[in-house]
Amino acid sequence: MHDIYQFVSGPMVWIAFIVFIGGSLFRLIQMLLLIQKKESFIFSYISLKYALRSIGNWLIPFGPVNMRNHPAVTTVTFIFHFCMLVTPLFLLSHIVLWDESFSIRYWALPDTVGDVMTVLVIASCLFFAIRRQKMADVRFLTSASDYIILTIVAMPFITGFIAYHQWGSYPFFMVLHIISGEIMLMAIPFTRLVHMLFAPFTRAYTGSEFGGIRYAKDW
Amino acid sequence: MVEPENKPDETIRDEGIEAGAARLTEDKIAETINRVLNVEAGARLRMYVDTCAHCGLCSEACHYYLSHDNDPHFSPAGKVKQTLWEMIRKKGRVSPDFMKRAAEIAHTQCNLCKRCSMYCPFGIDIAYLMATVRRIIHLLGMTPLYIQATAHSHAATMNQMWVKEDEWPDTLQWQEEEARSEIPKLRIPLEKEGADIMYSVIGPEPKFQAQLLYQAAVILNTAGLNWTMPATPGWDNSDMAMFTGDNEIMGRIKRAHFETAIRLKVKKIVMGECGHAFRSVYDTGNRWLSWRMPPIPIVHAIEFYYDMLKEGRIKIARKYSEPVTLHDPCNVVRGRGLHEKARYVINAICDNLIEMHPNREHNYCCCAGGGVINCGPPYKLARMKGNRIKADQLFATKAKGAKTLVAPCHNCHSGLEDINHYYGLEMNVKFISDILYEVMEKPE
Amino acid sequence: MADSHEWDWEPGAKQIDVSDWKNRFEWIEEFYASPDGDHIAAVVNQAEGEFSVCVNGEPWENPFEKIWHLRFTPDNRLAALISDSGEWTVAVDGEPWENRFGYVWNMQFNPGGNAIAVSFQQDMKYGMALNDSPWEETFLHATDPVLSEDGLHTAASVQVVAASEAEILKFQEGTISAAMDGVVWNNKFVNVWGKAISRDGNRLAAEVRVNLYDYTIAVNGAPWTRTYAGVWEPIFHPLSNAVLAPVRTQGKWTVASDGEIVWKNRYFQLWHTRFSPDGKKLAAIVSPTFGKWTVAVDDVPWSRTFGDLVSDLTFSPDSQRISAVVKDQDKWSLVVDGHAWKNTFDMVWNPVFSPDGGLVATKFEKNGKKGFVVNDQFLDFSCEDAWPPAFSPDGSKILLRSVENDIYFRRIIPVSELNIR
Repeated sequence: MHDIYQFVSGPMVWIAFIVFIGGSLFRLIQMLLLIQKKESFIFSYISLKYALRSIGNWLIPFGPVNMRNHPAVTTVTFIFHFCMLVTPLFLLSHIVLWDESFSIRYWALPDTVGDVMTVLVIASCLFFAIRRQKMADVRFLTSASDYIILTIVAMPFITGFIAYHQWGSYPFFMVLHIISGEIMLMAIPFTRLVHMLFAPFTRAYTGSEFGGIRYAKDW
Repeated sequence: MVEPENKPDETIRDEGIEAGAARLTEDKIAETINRVLNVEAGARLRMYVDTCAHCGLCSEACHYYLSHDNDPHFSPAGKVKQTLWEMIRKKGRVSPDFMKRAAEIAHTQCNLCKRCSMYCPFGIDIAYLMATVRRIIHLLGMTPLYIQATAHSHAATMNQMWVKEDEWPDTLQWQEEEARSEIPKLRIPLEKEGADIMYSVIGPEPKFQAQLLYQAAVILNTAGLNWTMPATPGWDNSDMAMFTGDNEIMGRIKRAHFETAIRLKVKKIVMGECGHAFRSVYDTGNRWLSWRMPPIPIVHAIEFYYDMLKEGRIKIARKYSEPVTLHDPCNVVRGRGLHEKARYVINAICDNLIEMHPNREHNYCCCAGGGVINCGPPYKLARMKGNRIKADQLFATKAKGAKTLVAPCHNCHSGLEDINHYYGLEMNVKFISDILYEVMEKPE
Repeated sequence: MADSHEWDWEPGAKQIDVSDWKNRFEWIEEFYASPDGDHIAAVVNQAEGEFSVCVNGEPWENPFEKIWHLRFTPDNRLAALISDSGEWTVAVDGEPWENRFGYVWNMQFNPGGNAIAVSFQQDMKYGMALNDSPWEETFLHATDPVLSEDGLHTAASVQVVAASEAEILKFQEGTISAAMDGVVWNNKFVNVWGKAISRDGNRLAAEVRVNLYDYTIAVNGAPWTRTYAGVWEPIFHPLSNAVLAPVRTQGKWTVASDGEIVWKNRYFQLWHTRFSPDGKKLAAIVSPTFGKWTVAVDDVPWSRTFGDLVSDLTFSPDSQRISAVVKDQDKWSLVVDGHAWKNTFDMVWNPVFSPDGGLVATKFEKNGKKGFVVNDQFLDFSCEDAWPPAFSPDGSKILLRSVENDIYFRRIIPVSELNIR
């Protein structure tokens, strides 16, 4: 177990970050080159003003009409994305790792808050899974990969939560936690989690077309 | 997971789709799909497909979905799943039957109205994805018969309705003569090089709706404008080739339209109350030709009436008294943001505007646009059933007192007229120009 | 070009007062000035259903029920499309052609002015008529008419197979061909569009669509062996008689000659190919990057591009210079050899070169007034109406035609007095 721990918390972290960052850069550059090659007209319509106007409006909870039409999904989506991004970045036990490796220190979430946010992420994932089951239109769009992706996202939080509370074998869940976190990082550029990278671009383009050319709102 | 059955509508037999499918082999299908997906299409298609989180938040944007009791087959992403996702997953190796169903979905169950783009959290342009499916269907030669015939008309005559070259100036001269009994010195100036405005219309106007040419002539004459109409092909701004995915013909007819305006040395083109034509000249066709924006500015009728009323060039004798409601056409509202100007115009010419809900950018589609009504009689019932939600919306507006339904778009107008009859709404469907002509001050 | 040697090039101004025309008639339509400037004419209405043409103050002897498309030929004759007793024909200087038709339109002249061609419809059959001589064979429909430069030949795309609108497969098998002087090709195509007639009058080239997807050029009915995703109008090489046309391949445009691609660069758009008068240079309007327009000469695009459009590509008579109308950010101007003029206009007409190519003149509109501009310098006239300027054959004088305060002016001005720097 110790050797495994050494590997997943050492070289594997590097690999995961290299795959995540390298893969993300690869996808973004590849996408930009492809636009340049085949759809260069897109660049001529991109407007920073209208891109930001659209992105901005879609960052306002209950701003867009569709968010108001789906209050539960809207609430859970905002909570989920906020907690999912903030929790791993500001958890004390993660910052300690930054400190140990690179002497980087910054403000940390109180443990209890982190704990609650973790539960919120897990609960959100559960909500999304149930929604995929229960809503006919979402179920129609759902394939196994959607559950796998949801699992990839939920796992680091579930395992982290168990490890933090030292339920069962701590070393086991710790290793599982690290591995699942690394899997998630590496999955981002190569699964539909890539929406984390692409969504700003798709929205920027739609926002530019709606705002700059069509003089209409897109929210 | 049990998925609802994926079934084509057996009651409809479209000769264009059938004849096309009969000639297909799986190799031909795969080759064509892969050429479109991998060679013609680029980053947009890939990003849209990769980014979609399968969240279903687009479902309720679609009037077909709402009208079909939330049947998942009719949700925007559901239609992409039944077409593009399968083609991508199977690397193009799908059957002729699959393609028949894809043709039915892409051509008759989506109006490309882009309402769903406003509901997708990522702003994915699902209309673009459906248009890509139509492109594949075009290249496979299985476009629905009626709209394919229309695309042929565009190619052969540069207009939508097989209007022959002589019939066009002849019709204008006939309308000019008719109008002279009302306004003796009225002119429809043909081929007047150096006029300020070229007025362009769609094929059905000379073919079936010559009174619209008459009304336009009265409005343009009364406003005292220096205008002209071409006597050559290029007078028609419409474009069904855009909706069949025949981009090459789309480009050809748009070139004819714009180069006619360039030849006539006009400063702008004013067009009648048509939505899809506006999309073609302002957004889609010009781009295929590498004109980033229309080379000669295009003014849609709504904006033109707005300018005329605002500048006082057209004065109102007495306002239209029957309460009206306004349908916001997708191509000039989501496509050009003319909703407030439309309201200014309606309020200037009508006593009482009763809003339907939702409205403006969020209005429900007419279910006729995007080439759907142009797929012809086989799909009329599908169109009616596919837009029960519009009838509901209109019944609610009627209950508030609206008696006249203003639809400033040809396709919307025809589609809503059909809904009007099918659901027994008993509203008067009108163009803005119908009312404007009726209530304006005319010269002696 | 029509021979302008015979025109009166004596410096000075002639005037014709047109102020009372609108009082003499119910209404008058647009003015047209003859190329030599000696005549000013307009369609006039004399009473209900009674139209005439007023030339230099004198109406045509016989009125007509309708008159439209009044134009001066390059050799200064006045032609119009007229209707009498429900039949249509062409009237030249007030004299109708002997042939009458159900309808006539698309009046065209050759540069020399000796030929007047129209499309006609008679009993729902279509054809062309040249100098009062209609095609013997007529067709179900005729479109995209063309008149040869020497004025001896006419050609059009013609429908040769009847098909109802719903017969899409029949249409796709080919219902359309082309006819020159009424003689139809043996081959049928899905579509036939823009055409060119060779200088010797023996060959007709046209854009054709061989099925729904493949486009090429056909010469006397024989298509090139290679097809493309798109083509635009063909032209004949003035020296070699080869046929050249813009073609679309892999999403971009280039130039092909007799079927094979001859330009290396690929463009977002390429059309209006033109040979220089000496036949040594080939120029085209191109879009080298999306949304940007310029001119390419022998496959070399000018570095200066324009956002809105480029049109009216024109070579100087000595083949050394090129000018075109450009529009950028909604302002019209001219570009000469890749350099844009500083002045911009609300509208500008086609560039006119002096015979040695040293001067470029044109007509423009700005703030509702028309005027003239030479080498980017305004001439001191402001007019309600104007026609493009013309240079004398020796290039020493310029002819300006305009209407100012209801008076028509014909001015001959020595170029030396224009003070063009």
